[in-house]
Amino acid sequence: MTLLTVTPTALQVLWLVLIAVLWIGYLFLEGFDYGVAMLLPFVGRNDKERRVIVNTIGPVWDGNEVWLLTAGGAMFAAFSGWYATLFSALYLPLLLILLGLILRGVAFEYRGKRTDWAWRNRWDWAAAIGSLIPPLVFGVGFANFLIGLPLKNQPVLGGTATAPLFNGTFLGLFSLYGLIGGVTFVLVFLTHGAIYAALKTKGEISARLKKLAVTFGLITALPAVAFVVRGNLLPKLPGQLDSLRTVSWVAGLAGLVLFVAAVFVVWKGREGLAFILTGATIALVAVMIFAQLYPGLGFNNTGLATPLDITTASSSPTTLTLMTWAAAILVPVILGYQIWAYTVFRRRLGVENIPDDVEEPVVVHG
Amino acid sequence: MGSDTIARWQFGITTVYHYFFVPVTIALSLLVAVLQTQWFRTGSDRYLRLTKFYGKLFLINFAMGVVTGIVQEFQFGMNWSEYSRFVGDIFGAPLALEALVAFFLESTFLGLWIFGWDKLSRGKHLATIWLAAVGTLVSSIFIIAANSWMQNPVGATYRNGRAELVDFGAVLTNPIFLTQWPHTVIAAFMVAGGFVAGIAGWHLGKLARQDNPDAEDVSAFRTATKLGAVVMLVAGLLIIVSGDLLGKQMTRVQPMKMAAAEALYNTETNASFSLLTIGSLDGSKEVFSIKVPGVLSILAGESTVKGVNDIKADYAKNGFTQSDGSKEALQKQFADKLATMGVNPTPNIPVSYWTFRLMMGLGFLTMLIGIWMLWVTRKGAMPKPGPLWTALMWGLPLLPLFANSFGWIFTEMGRQPWIVAGVMPTALAVSPTVSVGEVWFSMVVYTLLYGVLAVVEVGLMLLYIRKGLPDVAPVEQIVDEDAPLSFAY
Repeated sequence: MTLLTVTPTALQVLWLVLIAVLWIGYLFLEGFDYGVAMLLPFVGRNDKERRVIVNTIGPVWDGNEVWLLTAGGAMFAAFSGWYATLFSALYLPLLLILLGLILRGVAFEYRGKRTDWAWRNRWDWAAAIGSLIPPLVFGVGFANFLIGLPLKNQPVLGGTATAPLFNGTFLGLFSLYGLIGGVTFVLVFLTHGAIYAALKTKGEISARLKKLAVTFGLITALPAVAFVVRGNLLPKLPGQLDSLRTVSWVAGLAGLVLFVAAVFVVWKGREGLAFILTGATIALVAVMIFAQLYPGLGFNNTGLATPLDITTASSSPTTLTLMTWAAAILVPVILGYQIWAYTVFRRRLGVENIPDDVEEPVVVHG
Repeated sequence: MGSDTIARWQFGITTVYHYFFVPVTIALSLLVAVLQTQWFRTGSDRYLRLTKFYGKLFLINFAMGVVTGIVQEFQFGMNWSEYSRFVGDIFGAPLALEALVAFFLESTFLGLWIFGWDKLSRGKHLATIWLAAVGTLVSSIFIIAANSWMQNPVGATYRNGRAELVDFGAVLTNPIFLTQWPHTVIAAFMVAGGFVAGIAGWHLGKLARQDNPDAEDVSAFRTATKLGAVVMLVAGLLIIVSGDLLGKQMTRVQPMKMAAAEALYNTETNASFSLLTIGSLDGSKEVFSIKVPGVLSILAGESTVKGVNDIKADYAKNGFTQSDGSKEALQKQFADKLATMGVNPTPNIPVSYWTFRLMMGLGFLTMLIGIWMLWVTRKGAMPKPGPLWTALMWGLPLLPLFANSFGWIFTEMGRQPWIVAGVMPTALAVSPTVSVGEVWFSMVVYTLLYGVLAVVEVGLMLLYIRKGLPDVAPVEQIVDEDAPLSFAY
């Protein structure tokens, strides 16, 4: 086993942690706007109600999505070997995610550009389906990282080098545990999203969303427990540390406990506290997953002459140092202005806040 | 066809499509910021109406730019894993920085701009559109730096079986970057100028046909027509300067690209530039050609311009070299490996020849239309409406846009067969584990989806263009919690 023949540098460990932080930012933030959008066609009884729902995330969804782009970019910059092998391995799953992201992004921006119901209803469904696919596929993906994606060394660059590349199939990703991962992610985000929307709306819509959050929360329990427990009982991948497996157990179980607390709290009518709790659940489950990504980055390196791990996939110290400075300066600034943006749009919305539609423009042909 | 060919088609289709939205995003955000600044300073409804009108069109365009841009970032890893592995140490950093510095800024502050009219003070609200506009500009800096590195791989060394960064300063002072960035950004302004002028001019033509046109509308669209036309013209002049500088650097570091641009097979002193060549399609035989003597040498900045055949012979002997025979460190270090690979160093010559000319030709045509528009609208005159005016106004947003597309196709096709000039052949960059069928499948899916979205996008654009300038209510901050918002989706 040649895994980790070199001790990882502090920078390499730091960047694995930073990438985990970026993923947590993405899952926490876009998690609720996926949830809100999945609920869109079901919760709004008429167009005004739907507009209330969509406007709870209207000003912020795009900023939330940038956390995903940054996480992807950071993987490329800090661990290009990881980015290269992973993104080509998950070719069809990522295609599905991209299609989902395209659909939902266009849906939010274009739904209100015409007033007819057929147009708007169509985009609401596009937003819902486009928001269902990414968490479903990412859930399947993360479950497979815990199992360990199979690798094989293959010749590259015209046979002048070899690289550790994916040695599995698309259908092979859909094991029972993979599916549990997908379902868990979708349900957790539905709960998180319903709570967020309840927090951002008032009156009867908010009450309805709270009830829905409790229902989704209860349904989530079974797959979530299975995801955490099975995820920590999976066979150890080469190089994994016992101490980090313990961290993974503790984070996973703590996440479950906080999730139960969130459901209880929202049932008691306190959606603000519940939102913090579901957010913490998401962060803790991400910690559980990333604790197991050290050092093999979610790959099964068993028997590989050239393994893929935190040292072999990593960029040079020069690049990591440069990126560390950039992240140290920029991430606090970004957090600052994103939090400010949320405070600008802190007001709860109700049907009375939604302006009437302007008449459909008359088309005059020139 | 190998998966590298289909992956290249996919990259071409998705990138050219993405770049339909990018120039408008970069430059129109700034022009909208300028219009809103004018409103902030003068309080005149004319500028507020123009801000809202072009702001809406900008947002319809921006949504498409965002969603098609995500595909670009993922595509490197999905289709080009060995490229990503080989250059990630250098190429990944600008992409990550682009997200950190630019995408967060654009998306967050555009959200604040769209929904913040009644929530922020006028000054703060104005600042949000400026910050979003700055975000789009910063984004262009990083992505062009990354692309320029592919054209001329500076500041890198061959270590651990890949290209590693040794000098980020060199990447940011790459002579290709220093000339290509201004060229690209100014070209974006020509597109936005054409967009603003074409739409305003079309409305002016319509108003000119009415017996009693709305005086406010006429005055607002006159302002926009002139603003757009001036932006187009100034941009046009600066494009010529920056393009000239870029051409000289390109000839120096990628002599083959300039030879292909002119389909110059044999080295010539005081080489001439052909405005038009009619010949066999592959450019091997010339039937008729209009040539301007000496011009190619001026464009190239070298009195003797090397021809394709001579560069090919050079390559067989010395490997990839710049026009003075030198190599970048990475090109030198990787030369031994390349020698065993038998790469044909010639790009597709007809494509290089024609895209180069279409880029320039459409650019010049746009400038001519700009001059003519300023002439016919001088001293308060209205344009004479008619089929010619209408056709030109329809063409105006598209001509500079297509010039941009052809410019990029030229830059990227002219670099072939290299993905990193003189270092990595494109065919070796593709993902080995992705099957031909998968690449075909994703390409068909993207093409169909993009096609449908194009119809939707153009439909919405035309709807809101025809709708004309919106009526505006006084802009004020709303404190009543139950009052309707001034804007909501």
